Amino acid sequence: MSNISLKDQYINKTRRDFLKKAGAGVTTAMLASGITLMAYPDPALAREPNEGVDPTKRWGLLIDVNKCTEDCNECVTACSQENGWKLDGNPAVDSQWIRKLKIKNPKTGFEQTFPVMCQHCANPPCVDVCPTGASFKRADGIVLVDKHICIGCRYCMMACPYKARSFVHEPLEDQKSHAPRGKGTVESCTLCVHRVDRGDQPACVDRCATKGHGALMFGDLNDPKSEIAKTLATYATKQIRADLGLDTGVRYQNL
Amino acid sequence: MFAKLKQVLSVAAKSVAMVAVALLISSATSHAEEKKAQAGYPSWGPQFTLPKSDNKCVHDPDFAKTGKCVRDTAFMRRNHMELLKHKRDRTMRQGIRTKDSSLQNCINCHVTKDKADKAIKVSNPKHFCASCHLFVAVKLDCFECHRSTPETPKGSASIPKIPAHSNLLAANTDEAKNLKNFLSNHAKEGVTQ
Ligand code: SF4
Ligand code: SF4
Repeated sequence: MSNISLKDQYINKTRRDFLKKAGAGVTTAMLASGITLMAYPDPALAREPNEGVDPTKRWGLLIDVNKCTEDCNECVTACSQENGWKLDGNPAVDSQWIRKLKIKNPKTGFEQTFPVMCQHCANPPCVDVCPTGASFKRADGIVLVDKHICIGCRYCMMACPYKARSFVHEPLEDQKSHAPRGKGTVESCTLCVHRVDRGDQPACVDRCATKGHGALMFGDLNDPKSEIAKTLATYATKQIRADLGLDTGVRYQNL
Repeated sequence: MFAKLKQVLSVAAKSVAMVAVALLISSATSHAEEKKAQAGYPSWGPQFTLPKSDNKCVHDPDFAKTGKCVRDTAFMRRNHMELLKHKRDRTMRQGIRTKDSSLQNCINCHVTKDKADKAIKVSNPKHFCASCHLFVAVKLDCFECHRSTPETPKGSASIPKIPAHSNLLAANTDEAKNLKNFLSNHAKEGVTQ
């Protein structure tokens, strides 16, 4: 147990407790009308943290657009600092991990701003089109690029309806050790997977909260007791381009 | 006759090269072994560097005595790439982030410093990985994406301190109470993260 962190031991314990309570029965979670996710928790399958991601979870974000202010760019800055990417003032080739969008109702002049990043789709088109299997969805819903096998064809950039992906055009040095990225591969928001795996929330969520806005919320969409699931159950929320049926993990409130 | 001689010579040359490579590629060794290895160094070999024996090893508290890294040196010479590849898939796909066979940990331990006490990058032929890979002319792709020097622990990139669930602990919920109890019990037992 020596290299298993306390936190992981704790998570493991609560997981085992949950599984004990759930018994060997089948739990079924309704994600959205028409989409039913089946999970089969089995106490015998309770795993140690060194055995990897928990497929019963689905990580997601809820963005309260009313709380997001126009002059603030902190989530973008936090992401860039955390993951080591920089904007070079060239939108044609710049990284697109997260960006602030501004929308305006031309009739009333009403404006809103909010961040958009990879929406961590449950049915991700980027994964569908990837010829190598480099684009993939983790068991807990986080969509990633495996840069070890990405050939840089950029099909996924074409397929993503949210323009959430970008390509690294120049050789890089001194990347963050937890966020490897390099020339010739595609990248996008990882939902700060390195932080999620150690029990933290993404850097943007942290920063937005410390700056007093609290517009971003992170959590497990599958856990009805999580704050994010409760909020989703209480208030009207939206997925961007819900008509595409991608079942995004990033949801918007007051949009 | 000539063909035969040529063949013998080329086999001999190959085995000399293999022995040289085996000598040159090394994971952690103790200080005494380090000196021995350097004494037996062919002068035409690469400028290769060993981790300092006073480095603390995450895998083995007896590292300074045994000089044994993740696995023994002979195994590492031949199979480090297999370990790394296996681990890379497990981390990438399954989120398994144990320290064993993690490239980040290789880099943190096998660090070579320049005169200004700064860790050198893989572009420098004295870098631990570069020294052998340059010599055997095997292209290293790892550092196209991964950094080749240890990262200064700073900001959120540093190893997390308990409680990582700071936001959870701050909440006044049953879950927060459970976590606090759990942490304080373990603190009594002297377990640290
Ligand atoms: S938002 Fe784009 S990159 Fe992210 S999962 Fe969906 S299709 Fe893929
Ligand atoms: S650029 Fe990489 S991740 Fe995207 S589709 Fe091509 S191989 Fe897959």
